[in-house]
Amino acid sequence: MSVSQVRIALRNCGVINPENIKDYIARGGYDAMAKCLFAMSQDEVIDIIKKSGLRGRGGAGFPTGIKWETARRAQSDVKYVLCNADEGDPGAFMDRSVLEGDPHAVLEAMAICGYAIGAREGVIYVRAEYPLAVKRLQIAIEQATELGLFGENILGSGFSFTMRLYFGAGAFVCGEETSLMNSVQGGRGEPRLKPPFPANVGLWNKPTNINNVETYANVPTIIRNGADWYRGFGTEKSPGTKVFAVVGKVNKVGLVEVPMGTTLRDIIEGIAGGIPNGKRFKAAQTGGPSGGCIPAEHLDTPIDYESLIALGSMMGSGGMIVMDEDDCMVGIAKFYLTFTAEESCGKCTPCRVGNMRLLETLTRITDGHGVEEDLTSLENLGATIKDTALCGLGQSSPNPILSTLHYFKDEYLAHVREHRCPAGTCQKLVRYRITDKCVGCTVCARNCPVSCISGDRKQKHSIDQSRCIKCGVCFSKCRFGAIVKG
Amino acid sequence: MTAKADACECPPTEEVGSYPEIDAFCDTLPSYDGALIPVMHKAQEEYGWLSRDVLLYISRKLGVPASKVYGVATFYSLFNLEPKGKFKINVCLGTACYVRGAENVLAAFEQELGIKNGEMTGDGLFNLGSIRCVGACGLAPVVMVNDRVFGNVKPEDAKSIIDEYLGEGGEAV
Repeated sequence: MSVSQVRIALRNCGVINPENIKDYIARGGYDAMAKCLFAMSQDEVIDIIKKSGLRGRGGAGFPTGIKWETARRAQSDVKYVLCNADEGDPGAFMDRSVLEGDPHAVLEAMAICGYAIGAREGVIYVRAEYPLAVKRLQIAIEQATELGLFGENILGSGFSFTMRLYFGAGAFVCGEETSLMNSVQGGRGEPRLKPPFPANVGLWNKPTNINNVETYANVPTIIRNGADWYRGFGTEKSPGTKVFAVVGKVNKVGLVEVPMGTTLRDIIEGIAGGIPNGKRFKAAQTGGPSGGCIPAEHLDTPIDYESLIALGSMMGSGGMIVMDEDDCMVGIAKFYLTFTAEESCGKCTPCRVGNMRLLETLTRITDGHGVEEDLTSLENLGATIKDTALCGLGQSSPNPILSTLHYFKDEYLAHVREHRCPAGTCQKLVRYRITDKCVGCTVCARNCPVSCISGDRKQKHSIDQSRCIKCGVCFSKCRFGAIVKG
Repeated sequence: MTAKADACECPPTEEVGSYPEIDAFCDTLPSYDGALIPVMHKAQEEYGWLSRDVLLYISRKLGVPASKVYGVATFYSLFNLEPKGKFKINVCLGTACYVRGAENVLAAFEQELGIKNGEMTGDGLFNLGSIRCVGACGLAPVVMVNDRVFGNVKPEDAKSIIDEYLGEGGEAV
């Protein structure tokens, strides 16, 4: 298994000093902007991006070139270039690394976009939870402005472009583009119906191009090396590379950048070094709260936007959480629903009420009060929310349930039929049992806080289930591996 | 939202204090368009939380209805409408931390401090909360105390982390 990483979006991260613009320039930085300003027309810039096949790295995978072209065609005296740096998926930190390690790449790309679509102002909406990213962006903007790379009449080209930072305030839904724009305008970050799309009616009702951090980070290199070069990586429909944050139960946690079409197995077992402690792989969760869990039988699927959707998950921003046999899939679904139910902005009913009902049902199941009909109602309600919610958050929030129901139905059935959690993580369903490995050392009995373990010395002990409080002390104290849970 | 020159013309019905720091910040803004959230960030940075008085002051300063100011302040989780403890302990409950046992870490802090998630200790020293992913998933589970990040935290570490912020006799370091 010898998959190599290809660094395009992360090409400078960890290589240059992000607080010194000269480091960036020495690596070819701002060449692409100069090339656009002096040697290319606006349409030529858009043409390269279109031909490169670059697709939005924020998750949905919309072709970037078409977005730019729409904003270019929109008639308006004022237009904006917006950068979505509100990386909110739990378990994802690709954008933070780019902003902290290579802020100029994003700034340069935004200026290129500004030139291409005819905008004079760029706005970066960045999470306030990322203080170092904020600081480095501020330094980068100052240094570039000082050198005349931003501001009025850049390098004497006649093109002017200024950059502004805007801070989020902790609302996941603001990663949705229309919510984000409402937030920049100083309001509650609630989404609105699309169309009209931001490319026509965006920030302050002006045509606005909005892309995420990683998408922009690809742009300067594409302009420098050309569309054909970029298409040399990845697949026909999803060219280029994708950065994934591989976290959870793997030996090597961190960011990987691989060509699209790499398989999950290559990433998890190859680059990330497999599962620790000899445990068995159970599922990989991609796409954050909008995505789903992919089981072992699909580990060899080449990853791109379409294949992940076909598996009931999605690319999302690139979080990849690896889970082993100790993780309960019903518990994971409940974890995500807790998240979306809390982060739902409350504007549309399917999301506000529907997700709460889903969460209540899941809670019932993990508490041991579920019935088999609950599974049908999860499916039906999930499908309804997907069809009727206003924005991407609600339309994708049932995915973690639907995908785990699809691939791990037996676990759900164990919860509702036998009131048992096979992975042993649902606290209220856990049962501790003492096996024949017990040598009768009495450690468990002496440590049990409710004294519900009995047995004579050197005889097998037993647990009185009716009094057990499931604290797990016996399990962790046993030196002979004689106590099992599940 | 109105342009900078117009302030709300409603007769003020409630006296509010004066906040020169907010005034100074507003003076640096080119326009009050979209200024509400940056001003609230600034006010919270200065005063630690957003009191009713501060929110009313911001409302009148920017000419934005108090209802809207309140609506925005309650929408975003980073804005505190109640005073916070001196040390804000936040346990990350993002996915990577969750699968590595963050819930047990949170429970350990609850037990050590004798408060629940979202509460403040009686002496005003500690605040316990949870956050959603600080992007340090390689260190999961992660706990933040103010701006400091503790990585690979185990439930049994809760006491030593708290002790670090307690000097002799329970005084803050």
